[in-house]
Amino acid sequence: MTYDADALAQLEQDAAEILGRYPVKRSALLPLLHLVQSVDGYVSPDGIAFCANQVDLTSAEVSAVATFYTQYKRRPNGEYQVGVCTNTLCAIMGGDEIWRQVSERCGIGHDETTADGKITLERLECNAACDYAPVMMVNWEFFDNMTPDRALRVVDDILEGRDVVPTRGPAKVAPFKEVSRVLAGFEDGRADEDQGLGEPTVVGLKVAREQGWEDAK
Amino acid sequence: MTDLTPVLSATWDAEQSWKLGTYENAGGYGALKKALGMPPADIIQAVKDSGLRGRGGAGFPTGMKWGFLPPDDGKPRYLVVNADESEPGTCKDIPTMLSAPHILVEGVAITSFAIGCNHAFIYLRGEVVHVYRRLLQAVREAYAAGHLGKNIHGSGYDLDVTVHAGAGAYICGEETALLDSLEGRRGQPRLKPPFPAVEGLYARPTVVNNVESISSVPAIIDRGVEWFTSLGTERSKGMGLFSLSGHVERPGQYEAPLGITLRELIDMAGGMRGGKELKFWTPGGSSTPLFTAEHLDTPLDYESVGAAGSMLGTRALQIFDETTCVVRAVTRWTEFYKHESCGKCTPCREGTFWLSQILERLEDGHGTDADIQQLLDTCESILGRAFCALGDGATSCITSSVKLFREEYEQHVSERRCPFDHAASALFEYETSQATEEAHA
Amino acid sequence: MTSTADKATAEAVETVTLTIDGKEVTVPKGTLIIRAAEQVGINIPRFCDHPLLKPAGACRQCLVDVAAPDREGNVRPFPKPQASCTMTAMDGMIVNTQDTSDDAKKAQEGVMELLLINHPLDCPVCDKGGECPLQNQALSHGRPESRFIDVKRVFEKPLPLSSEILLDRERCILCQRCTRFSKEIAGDAFIDLQNRGAMQQIGTFNEEVLEFDGYEPIGVAAEDESGKAFSSYYSGNTVQICPVGALTSAAYRFRSRPFDLVSSAGISEHDSSGAALRTDHRRGKILRRLSDNDPVVNEEWITDKDRFAFAWQNLSDRLERPLVRGEDGELHEASWPDAIARAAEGLRAAAGRTGTPADKKAKGVGVLPGGRVTLEDAYAYQKFARVALGTNDVDVRTRAASDEEQAFLGSSVAGTGLGVTFADLEKAPTVLLVGFEPEDEGGVVFLRLRKSVGRQRVLTVAPFLSRGAEKLSASLIETAPGGEGAALAAIKSGSDSADALAEQGAVIVLGERLASVPGALAEALRLAKRTGARLAWIPRRAGERGAVEAGALPGLLPGGRDAAVDAARATVAQAWGVDALPGTAGRDAAGIIAAAAAGDLSGLVVGGVTPSDLTSDLRAALERVDFVVSLEVRRTEVSDHADVVLPVAPPSEKPGTFVNWEGRLRGFATAIRTDAISDHRALDFLGRELGLDLKVGTVADVNEQLAELGAAGKGERVKAPTAKPAKAASASGDQLVLASWHLLVDEGALQDGEPYLAGTGRTAVARVSSATAERIGVKDGVVTVSVDRRGEIELPVVVTDMVDGVVWLPAKSPGSWVAQELGVEPGALVTVKGGI
Repeated sequence: MTYDADALAQLEQDAAEILGRYPVKRSALLPLLHLVQSVDGYVSPDGIAFCANQVDLTSAEVSAVATFYTQYKRRPNGEYQVGVCTNTLCAIMGGDEIWRQVSERCGIGHDETTADGKITLERLECNAACDYAPVMMVNWEFFDNMTPDRALRVVDDILEGRDVVPTRGPAKVAPFKEVSRVLAGFEDGRADEDQGLGEPTVVGLKVAREQGWEDAK
Repeated sequence: MTDLTPVLSATWDAEQSWKLGTYENAGGYGALKKALGMPPADIIQAVKDSGLRGRGGAGFPTGMKWGFLPPDDGKPRYLVVNADESEPGTCKDIPTMLSAPHILVEGVAITSFAIGCNHAFIYLRGEVVHVYRRLLQAVREAYAAGHLGKNIHGSGYDLDVTVHAGAGAYICGEETALLDSLEGRRGQPRLKPPFPAVEGLYARPTVVNNVESISSVPAIIDRGVEWFTSLGTERSKGMGLFSLSGHVERPGQYEAPLGITLRELIDMAGGMRGGKELKFWTPGGSSTPLFTAEHLDTPLDYESVGAAGSMLGTRALQIFDETTCVVRAVTRWTEFYKHESCGKCTPCREGTFWLSQILERLEDGHGTDADIQQLLDTCESILGRAFCALGDGATSCITSSVKLFREEYEQHVSERRCPFDHAASALFEYETSQATEEAHA
Repeated sequence: MTSTADKATAEAVETVTLTIDGKEVTVPKGTLIIRAAEQVGINIPRFCDHPLLKPAGACRQCLVDVAAPDREGNVRPFPKPQASCTMTAMDGMIVNTQDTSDDAKKAQEGVMELLLINHPLDCPVCDKGGECPLQNQALSHGRPESRFIDVKRVFEKPLPLSSEILLDRERCILCQRCTRFSKEIAGDAFIDLQNRGAMQQIGTFNEEVLEFDGYEPIGVAAEDESGKAFSSYYSGNTVQICPVGALTSAAYRFRSRPFDLVSSAGISEHDSSGAALRTDHRRGKILRRLSDNDPVVNEEWITDKDRFAFAWQNLSDRLERPLVRGEDGELHEASWPDAIARAAEGLRAAAGRTGTPADKKAKGVGVLPGGRVTLEDAYAYQKFARVALGTNDVDVRTRAASDEEQAFLGSSVAGTGLGVTFADLEKAPTVLLVGFEPEDEGGVVFLRLRKSVGRQRVLTVAPFLSRGAEKLSASLIETAPGGEGAALAAIKSGSDSADALAEQGAVIVLGERLASVPGALAEALRLAKRTGARLAWIPRRAGERGAVEAGALPGLLPGGRDAAVDAARATVAQAWGVDALPGTAGRDAAGIIAAAAAGDLSGLVVGGVTPSDLTSDLRAALERVDFVVSLEVRRTEVSDHADVVLPVAPPSEKPGTFVNWEGRLRGFATAIRTDAISDHRALDFLGRELGLDLKVGTVADVNEQLAELGAAGKGERVKAPTAKPAKAASASGDQLVLASWHLLVDEGALQDGEPYLAGTGRTAVARVSSATAERIGVKDGVVTVSVDRRGEIELPVVVTDMVDGVVWLPAKSPGSWVAQELGVEPGALVTVKGGI
């Protein structure tokens, strides 16, 4: 194991907390994989060995899980995971073209990382924001109603080291490792940050209010 | 004209809508306090009487599902909330949890109390980190306020809630695959029987319900069964979130009684974008057979949609106008199913692999008439033969699109290209070219 | 005494009656449709289904039309075809398979077509061709032509999962039989499904294959200490149950087509379970071995050693002709008559039976048959010793042994017929293992115990929890070697363990290592008595139990008779038609070797014995005595020292019987006909040359005599041992107590010549507890274990959760030949120093 003593101690402490949430050890495996991803920036062989140890599984059983889910990366991931939804609705609404331009700007394709380690691109499947199509996600924060221009601006912000601000979500997008730690179940104090809601979420509510249909008691 | 019924969405536009205070100010957790004073069996009966049906797509009567649990044997039983919203077109649970997570938490508390569960889980897809933050916080706030934890409101009832993040797999929305994933395994579906109610999480009796189903429970307890049954149709009671997306002026969430029609909803949404013609739409996500303008007046309830040849599913209304190439749409959906197929069973794993290639060729203009027939034949080898509904779902858009738009497929074959200008379907303008088309493939 | 199995059949079993393709069939409740169909001769095609594995329903090949009665009793068809391998038969069900339903037929054809779209057209080069369920079922239940014209998914191939098991991911149809077997049956989840969807594949965690970025983290302390990923002693079974050519063995790859092979039933020669084998041979050469189907003993599983270790029977050192040492001191080939004559001459002299004055100088001959012999061979050896050589100096136990053990075997094992069985082990509520390692020393015994994990309590008296014991969820009664007797004595009435052992059906399993622990076996008898648990003695070698039955021990006569009791000797003498049997007490194997080395014996007759397995100095003995006759399959160190070498047949070239640890006779016929003869036949020739008709020439002759002799009657039987447990050696300073046993795959002689199997062996490591490691100054690294004036062993050390003051070494792994290098038995003190 090549985690240094401090890193290992922290991992073990965090792992103990995760394990404590579940009646059966093995359930901790998915959050543990997010945890090691938050330390290494991807799921490394060391991470696999650590998880195997924690939940009493073989490395084959752990990699069986790690290779099943798309959020677990096998190579050091970019600081920002930039995903463009190219499922049918978003693609048709312009996602295909956004993808093309973003890919061109970054000079990389799907599941590839820029040389400076800042961006990994991904063609996403439906991220449950169809009313905000075309959708982009950066480190799993919402970038709704994208156009090529807006998307390229986000990419440039990342490449040039500026804050990356989502359309719905926190004040800015945290780096990949930090976000992975949240997904392991550790709050980062940002739940109350808010960019407000776009039209789509409350459009029906607005119509109901305008028409006086609220309070359907 | 059907009135919209903002029940779940009522607090979404409030200042800091996601906070406990906001929710309590609007009367939140009153239903929980009421429920704790009821015999659990009465709560289950109320939900049965309300006619609430699972809002995750299958539409199975929720109260009946709860009733399948065997009698208490002194060992744990579980409630697991399916918050893995990933069906293309479905986007109702995410905004619910982002803007009003407490409605789910309260629903979890009431349901858990009713079924005798002392440890509930919320399985959230991992690709929505801010929603996860909001849920974690909501649960923490609820513990602090005594709505969760030990001896809730002096009732003697204990409940722990764990919010668990997935890691990217659509198949984990299938309830038994979800349970396997929650147990720390690959998300592959299980044999049924045994059903989760008998042997679910950790082989214990388990209820798996969708976010919206559980979120509807507080309102039923609070406002009463009669109120709920006054909404909707004879056999599809209550209200639901209708998610409009695609080529409409104002896409978004429209909470309405079941039975509303698409014509009404599009009207509320400002009509089709740019006044174009509706070409095809999905009533319940990509896994449901396509509808056309012919079905604008089909009441959107389980029975009517079923009778019209599709499924209500999750009310994920993806609207596509005349600029849209059906073959392009179906190809992309099929690639989705191929990507998400868990691989356990032959028909889905191999079938989606094959179907994708045929469709890609057809969309690229390298297809033949035999390919169109092969699509149907391969779908026949999958439908009803796969291990779970993912395989079945993958065939819906293919068979229905060939039925409804066969000439369009044939046009791709005879013209050796896709006859549509893809840029015309986009929300913004851009120039199409050979390069862009190749890049989009 | 009725066993629990008998009781079950006596009770009525609830049945259901259903109709399949118009045929009515009645089956026990809970039977799967696919099994019910087989019972009326209807074969539904399938891949993932296997009767010994839990249903998966993954491949979908077995789809049939089902109609079942609803709650009102109306038979209603299911809306879609059902997988017959996951659905249980119900009363009144109507099933239509592909033979009577077009829908079922079409559904199956559809699945078959889909299976073949990504399957490579490898048949011409695939080992499975000719015996392939995919080929067969594609032809019988598939479409004649594929309509797939697109691109198949490809993988690099083959992928070695271990040095023996090769994986071809393109051929794999993801039926998961291999992962399910590995997890469910063997408990070795070293392979699992990887990736998702169409790129799903079977695999270990291999960074390169799965495209993980990283470096090698797996060192000596990995979970299986082999450094190799698919390290399971049962991995070969996955090759046998794989329904396509995805899993193949390196040893058999590209070597043959099944239609060239002749299949013969056989019994494994590698341990005392007597597993049923199928030996496939072509023109006199064994090409591979598979497990046969034997629900009573090994079901359908065997160990990798059973399966792959057969090359020893025909290596380049195989003896074809007798050898006789000439005037020039060298061994020369000779004819059988010459060799027999010379052997008889030499033995007559050494045994002092020439009838001349030289007889006064003759010190006698010792006989060491070795533990690999069949029942008939063992009988012949001991009869030859007693009748032809006039001695009781005969002992198969070329391993740690004792008089106490002999008394135990004679009183409680020999002549007891079928005792504890595999089924009894499976059903036992409690199993106490004493000096017995389930996986390494038990092979298929382990698999049977594993069937009951969760329903059975396993306790083990051992220095630490081995991987095998862990997989059985065993509780450890932590004991240093030498302390087993005391540990058993400590199980007092009223204690938790005693209560567990008092349950009906509880079993105590005793390993042969207890022979070197004074009082342990006697204590085991006492424990069995006070709890009512039954005893099972499970030795390592295939010939041990048979030898006990045949009396090939110095103090035992056939049937458990005490050689020291006059009446017993008289019975046997009469049966054999001789005046009397020798009355002088015989020496055990160690005694024979010591006497020979000291010049107190004039001759030795040695069977299949490997000197490096013994702590006694067999080489010195061979050099010292005047005359040695070696009966061997191969040219070995022993035969190199012999005066006459008689070539004998390996198991595949002779008929015979192994008696397994249950006491069950496991007979086998000749698989490959050659000129080779059994040990007992050679001894019969020798006997004739000595003027005796020993009547041990044929299997039938020997078995007739054994049947006639039967088990010892009262008064002739060996008395049970009563020794009290002695104090175990205690560690002090850098002197630790040695613990050791054989790993299943190691450098044992019968595993020679099979490098692919050898490559799957676990890395040899020494083990000490962390407290001990600290005390003697061992950190990560290496230890040197030595015994004064003998040799030393240097091995990497792994700090293990185990009893303090003990060092564990593998008995005969690369770099660790304990008997030869250290010359002491487990329980002895050895010096251990840390670091290089």
